[in-house]
Amino acid sequence: MAKTSSTTKDAQDLFHAIWSAYSATPTNLKIIDLYVVFAVFTALLQVVYMALVGTFPFNSFLSGVLSCVGTAVLAVCLRIQVNKENKEFKDLAPERAFADFVLCNLVLHLVIMNFLG
Amino acid sequence: MAATDAQSSLRHAFGNVLVFFILILIGVLAFSIRLFSVIKYESVIHEFDPYFNYRVTQFLSKNGIYDFWNWFDDRTWYPLGRVIGGTVYPGLTLTAGTLWWVLNSLNIPLSVETVCVFTAPIFSAFASWATYLLTKEVKGSGAGLTAALFLAMVPSYISRSVAGSYDNEAVAIFALIFTFYLYIKTLNTGSLFYATLNSIAYFYMVCSWGGYTFIINLIPMHALLCVVTGRYSSRLYIAYAPFVILGTLLASLVPVVGFNAVMTSEHFASFLVFILIHVVALVYYIKGILSPKMFKVAVTLVVSGGLAVCFAMIAVLIAMVASSPTMGWSGRSLSLLDPTYASKYIPIIASVSEHQPPTWPSYFMDINVLAFLVPAGIIACFSPLSDASSFVILYIVTSVYFSGVMVRLMLVLAPAACILSGIALSQAFDVFTRSIKFQLPSLSVDSHVDAGGASSESVGPDDTVKTDKTEDAHKERTSKKSRKKEKEPVEKPPSKSQIKKRLSVLPLETSIIAIILLVLLGAFYVVHSVWAAAEAYSAPSIVLTSHSHDGLHVFDDFREAYAWLSHNTEVDDKVASWWDYGYQTTAMANRTVIVDNNTWNNTHIATVGTAMSSPEKAAWEIFHSLDVKYVLVVFGGLVGYPSDDINKFLWMVRIGGGVFPHIKEPDYLRDGQYRIDSMATPTMLNSLMYKLSYYRFVETDGKAFDRVRRTEIGKKHFKLTHFEEVFTTHHWMVRLYKLKPPKNRIRGKIKKTKSKSTPKTVSKRKGLKRNPF
Repeated sequence: MAKTSSTTKDAQDLFHAIWSAYSATPTNLKIIDLYVVFAVFTALLQVVYMALVGTFPFNSFLSGVLSCVGTAVLAVCLRIQVNKENKEFKDLAPERAFADFVLCNLVLHLVIMNFLG
Repeated sequence: MAATDAQSSLRHAFGNVLVFFILILIGVLAFSIRLFSVIKYESVIHEFDPYFNYRVTQFLSKNGIYDFWNWFDDRTWYPLGRVIGGTVYPGLTLTAGTLWWVLNSLNIPLSVETVCVFTAPIFSAFASWATYLLTKEVKGSGAGLTAALFLAMVPSYISRSVAGSYDNEAVAIFALIFTFYLYIKTLNTGSLFYATLNSIAYFYMVCSWGGYTFIINLIPMHALLCVVTGRYSSRLYIAYAPFVILGTLLASLVPVVGFNAVMTSEHFASFLVFILIHVVALVYYIKGILSPKMFKVAVTLVVSGGLAVCFAMIAVLIAMVASSPTMGWSGRSLSLLDPTYASKYIPIIASVSEHQPPTWPSYFMDINVLAFLVPAGIIACFSPLSDASSFVILYIVTSVYFSGVMVRLMLVLAPAACILSGIALSQAFDVFTRSIKFQLPSLSVDSHVDAGGASSESVGPDDTVKTDKTEDAHKERTSKKSRKKEKEPVEKPPSKSQIKKRLSVLPLETSIIAIILLVLLGAFYVVHSVWAAAEAYSAPSIVLTSHSHDGLHVFDDFREAYAWLSHNTEVDDKVASWWDYGYQTTAMANRTVIVDNNTWNNTHIATVGTAMSSPEKAAWEIFHSLDVKYVLVVFGGLVGYPSDDINKFLWMVRIGGGVFPHIKEPDYLRDGQYRIDSMATPTMLNSLMYKLSYYRFVETDGKAFDRVRRTEIGKKHFKLTHFEEVFTTHHWMVRLYKLKPPKNRIRGKIKKTKSKSTPKTVSKRKGLKRNPF
């Protein structure tokens, strides 16, 4: 009993620690995070829909899910690059990172439009 | 200080120009070493598959891209036909087609054939430049130049890319190396721009060759290796995650791959690692924002819950994989993982000689001295180990394994061997030249050359042996050196770095001898490569030559036969032959064939194999049911051409017997030996292949001595009842027979013979009905 209560306390502490650490992140990163969460959520929604209705136009399902996952992945990459705390990308201007992000998204969605069928 | 900065930048600029010129020369070398076949023979397409590619390119340039995608080819696989647009890797044909179109719109009137012939040499120049870029990312530009030089003339690659060898591999090797370069570049810079380019290069690779599965498995393996060895970085994430998503989408755009890109096991590794890398990224992120103590707590909490989820997912995945037939792996991939798989289950894969495992001498033949330099290169990659060099090590290890399974995958090994040998040689030169410089008092001022200068110099002595063309580059180098000498004394005094360098100094004599030996080694390599390019790998195999005491003989029988076919037969006549000659017949004679080198329908090939191994009458019935007018056999017995149909006959029996069990291999063997002399079995002597090959053979020399099998044939005098000879080429290498029309017979008799042969025809029909058409 004592053990479980200690683990729940630990979990609470952990949650608080994560929350406090996270709330310190700059707003623009938070916006990106929200975008990522939204994209992943949309992807999950599509998977659930596929499970209910069936896979029939498989290319549509595939392009839908991969579009969401792709945007999420690209946004994560952008977030990594514009994060000031990341020492590896000190000399990469945020504008450059954003331009790369836009280019990659353009390619991704061109492909997806092509694949949609 | 500013002055020295300017000087060093000037020197850098000078070095860049030098590198640029060396690269151009390497490109010229790569292109010109592949022209032996054009000079010694003529500008023709080689071998078998290139003829198909050539025919597709012709169609593409004539009818445009949309007709190409929708092309249903009724000239092959009669009566089934083949959907070309959906079953072909279009990269090569699109490349050559675009090249032709660009040249023509520039008013350079080249024929499609010329463009096709020279596509492979052009792309081998590109491939050596890509090798330079890749190796430069790994170990600096000195190693890059050496590696590019090695790749320009590695015999293994030459064998697939001589002028006229218009096959997928010609462009695919360039695409392979370039994709790897962009991956390493992304890994080193962490730029999304390069990640996008990487996916596009991968798309080109998927378009070009089935070997793209090597990339989609090697890159996840490398990502996994990095994660496991604790080298995860956010650059790795940027290099890997967008590549998987974009690459998968782009791959499924190629019709021949389609949904396979997400449905078959070859691609599952990338998705597993994709999931894994997200977990790892999350862990690293949380580790970054939490204090170490809290992180420990988090680990204990997450591990217990996370493991359960992981196991559940793995179980689901395994169930999914196991539920699909052949565990979701295609036959060719399975034969890669299990080398004995093909010979056990798929005779059609095993029957292709380039799918056999290689022998040891073929390693020496194909990569020569690189085989000895590779281990040194691996050691050089370990000091210091970076993400890029670990990728190269992984590449060489996997490709060595694959080349051991299949001869033709030696081609994948060759770039890896070149890269590692380039690194090894460049590092060795680096060490030796540096120790010489330290010991020669007159040159001691020159001692603190920066690493870039030293390594680019190390290429110099190597280059001088290769060609006269690089000679002036060498001179340029020396002039640069002397100029450097004037400048150097101003620069920094001997410092810590010099002491460090002095530690790795070797005795003067040793290093001089070592350099001479290394140059000799390089010279051996050059001599061997040029020999291989000139003698071993330049034969087009549709025109054969032989040297004898009374001069050079040219055997142009294949084109003679195909020309006869196109001039003397109806446009819609069907020609039956073993599948090896299908592509050439459609491309050169423009006649419909029953089977060709695209071995997509085993039953159909087995039908032809059965016909060839049946007695004359049964064979006639099979061919007649397929609407065949002419039968083509290749016979080398008169001139000693060893890869003729009699030598391939056992494969026909095996493949035929695999589908039609009344054909049994032991019936054709006497005590387990394959022979055609008087000891041969009656089944063998009565088979159609024997009869068509040796019909009237005794009239040539009176003894019917077969020069390939080195024996007199078993049955010399016989008549054909259902076939008639219509054409035999000058050296008897190709023989064409026409099916005689069915005789008028009494009705009752026909019925009787038909009822006798019903079981076979029924089984055959069944076989045909199983086809998707």
